[in-house]
Amino acid sequence: MAPAAPAAATHTMNKLLLHPAAKPLLFALALLPFAQLLWGAVANTLGANPAEALIRGTGDWVLRFLCITLAVTPLREAFGLTGLARLRRMLGNFAFFYGVLHFLCYAWLDMGLDLTGIVADIPKRPFILVGTLALLLMAPLAATSFNRAIQALGAARWKRLHQAVYAIGLLGLLHFFWMRAGKNDFGEWTIYAVVMAVLLGWRVRQALRRRAASRPPGARATS
Amino acid sequence: MADQSGSILETPMHFRPDRGFDHAVPSEITPRAVYEGRRDWLRRLSAGALGTGLAGWAGRDALAQASAKGAPLPGGKSAVVGANVMDAVTPRGLSTTYNNFYEFGTDKADPARNAHTLKTRPWTVVVEGAVAKPRTYGIDDLLKLAPMEERIYRLRCVEGWSMVVPWVGWSLAALIKQVEPTGNAKFVEFHTLADPKTMPFVGSRVLEWPYVEGLRMDEAMHPLTMLVFGMYGEVLPNQNGAPLRLAVPWKYGFKSGKSIVKIRFTEQQPKTAWVKAAAQEYGFYSNVNPKVDHPRWSQATERRLGEDGIFAKKRPTLMFNGYESQVGQLYAGLDLAKNY
Repeated sequence: MAPAAPAAATHTMNKLLLHPAAKPLLFALALLPFAQLLWGAVANTLGANPAEALIRGTGDWVLRFLCITLAVTPLREAFGLTGLARLRRMLGNFAFFYGVLHFLCYAWLDMGLDLTGIVADIPKRPFILVGTLALLLMAPLAATSFNRAIQALGAARWKRLHQAVYAIGLLGLLHFFWMRAGKNDFGEWTIYAVVMAVLLGWRVRQALRRRAASRPPGARATS
Repeated sequence: MADQSGSILETPMHFRPDRGFDHAVPSEITPRAVYEGRRDWLRRLSAGALGTGLAGWAGRDALAQASAKGAPLPGGKSAVVGANVMDAVTPRGLSTTYNNFYEFGTDKADPARNAHTLKTRPWTVVVEGAVAKPRTYGIDDLLKLAPMEERIYRLRCVEGWSMVVPWVGWSLAALIKQVEPTGNAKFVEFHTLADPKTMPFVGSRVLEWPYVEGLRMDEAMHPLTMLVFGMYGEVLPNQNGAPLRLAVPWKYGFKSGKSIVKIRFTEQQPKTAWVKAAAQEYGFYSNVNPKVDHPRWSQATERRLGEDGIFAKKRPTLMFNGYESQVGQLYAGLDLAKNY
C-alpha cells in the first residue's frame, strides 16, 4: 500500500506523539469537557435545564471518546503513526470516566439516588438497560488497563477481553438510537453511526485480508 | 355485585370535591427574591474571586433575560376556577429560551435563536368543518373577541420538566360558541403554521408537517382550555408560539399547538402529529398522569425549571397536572392507562 503521508511528516508526527509532554497534554485536554460542564453547573450557564444538559453532555463524551479510542489503531496502521499506540489506554479510560459520570448524573440528577427506583428503572427501559450493560462491560476493561494486568492475563487473553470494546461501541450507539427514536431525530446519531461503521468496517476488512493471506495458496482457487 | 351503599351526600367515588387546587408543599416554593439573589451572589462571586473577565460569562444568561421584551398585552383577573395556581412563576428568561418548537429546530435553545424569521402579521385563522358559521378571523378580530385574562398555569412537558407561566388570552369556548358547531362536531383539530420559507426545520423528517393537534369537544369547551396571545403581560414571543397558541394545562405540553392557522371541527378523532410519529409513546389524550409511564421514562416526578436546583430531588407529578378537581369528571369511566 502506498503511504498515505510523506515519510517526513509521519516522522515529525511520531516525534510529537512520543514527546514526554504528549501524555500530560492529552490528559488535560480530555478533562476539558468535564471542567466545562462542572463550571457550567456552578455558574448556572447550562440553560434552563442544567440536569438534562449534564446527563446529555457526559453521554456525548462517552460516545466521542469511544470513537477516538477506536480510531487509534486504524490511524496508526493507515498512516504509520506508531506513536499513537501509547495514548490509546488513556483515551479508553476517559471513555469509562465519562461513562461513570454519565451514570452518576442519571442516578443522582434524574433518579435522586433512589437505589430501589434505579434498580426498577434499568430493566424497565430497554435504552437504559443497554446503556448500563455497556458501562458494566467497560468496567473490566478499565480494571485491566495496566501493564501488570496484561502480564497476569497473558497478551492473547487480554486482547480477547479488550475486544469487548466493539460490543461496547455498538451498545452505546443503540442506547443513543433508542433515546432519540421517540422523537425521530437521528441527525446527530447518524454522525456517530457513520464514524463507528467506518472504524469497525476497517477492522472487518483487515481481518478478511489476514484470513485470505494466511490461507494456503491452493485453497484460494477452490473457494 | 357488591352493594354500593352510601347516601347521596357522600362524594361519588371518582369525583373529588373541588378544593380549587392540588398544591406542592408551600415550604418548597422558593421566594422569587431568593431565587434571583442566587444569581447576584454568583455574579458577585465570579467578579470578586475569579476576576472580572469571568463575570461576563456568569452574567451571560442574565443578559439574555433582559433582552427582547414584547409589546404590552395586559390581562384582567380571571374568574375561571383553577386559573391561578399559587406556584412560583418561572422566570421569563427560562420560559422564553427553553422551548420545543420543532419547526425552528429540535434543540430547545433553537426556537429562541431561529424564530425571529416568523412573520406574525398579517395573520389569519381559518375556522371550518362541522360549524354553522365557518369564518376566517384576522388576528385583530381575535384579539378583540373576548376580554383578555391573565391566568397562571402549570405547564408539564412529556419529557419530565415543568414551568409555571402567566398566559394572557381567553377561554377557547368563546370562539367555539361564536361559530356554532353542528351535532357532527365531536373533535377539534388545530393546525399550526408550516412555512418552509420562515421555518427552517419544516421539511425535516422528524414530524409530519403541518403539526396537527386535537381535543375532544368537551375538552375544547372546558373553561381552562385557553387561546393564548401573550405571556408575562406582553405579546407572545415568536418562540413561544406567536401570534396565538393553545394552553391546555392538564395535558402534556405538546397538546398545546403553537402559531395556529386553522381550527377544524370534525366527527373523527384527529390524527395528531405525535401519534403519527410514535403511537406507542404518545396517545391522543396525553393527560398528565403520574401513574402512566412513558416507555422510556417515568412520569411520576418532574423537574420544575428555575426552581428545583440541579441536585434537588424531582417533585411528584400531580394527576391531571393538579387540575383533577376541574377536569377529572371529563374522563369518568375512561381507562386512562389504555387511553393515554
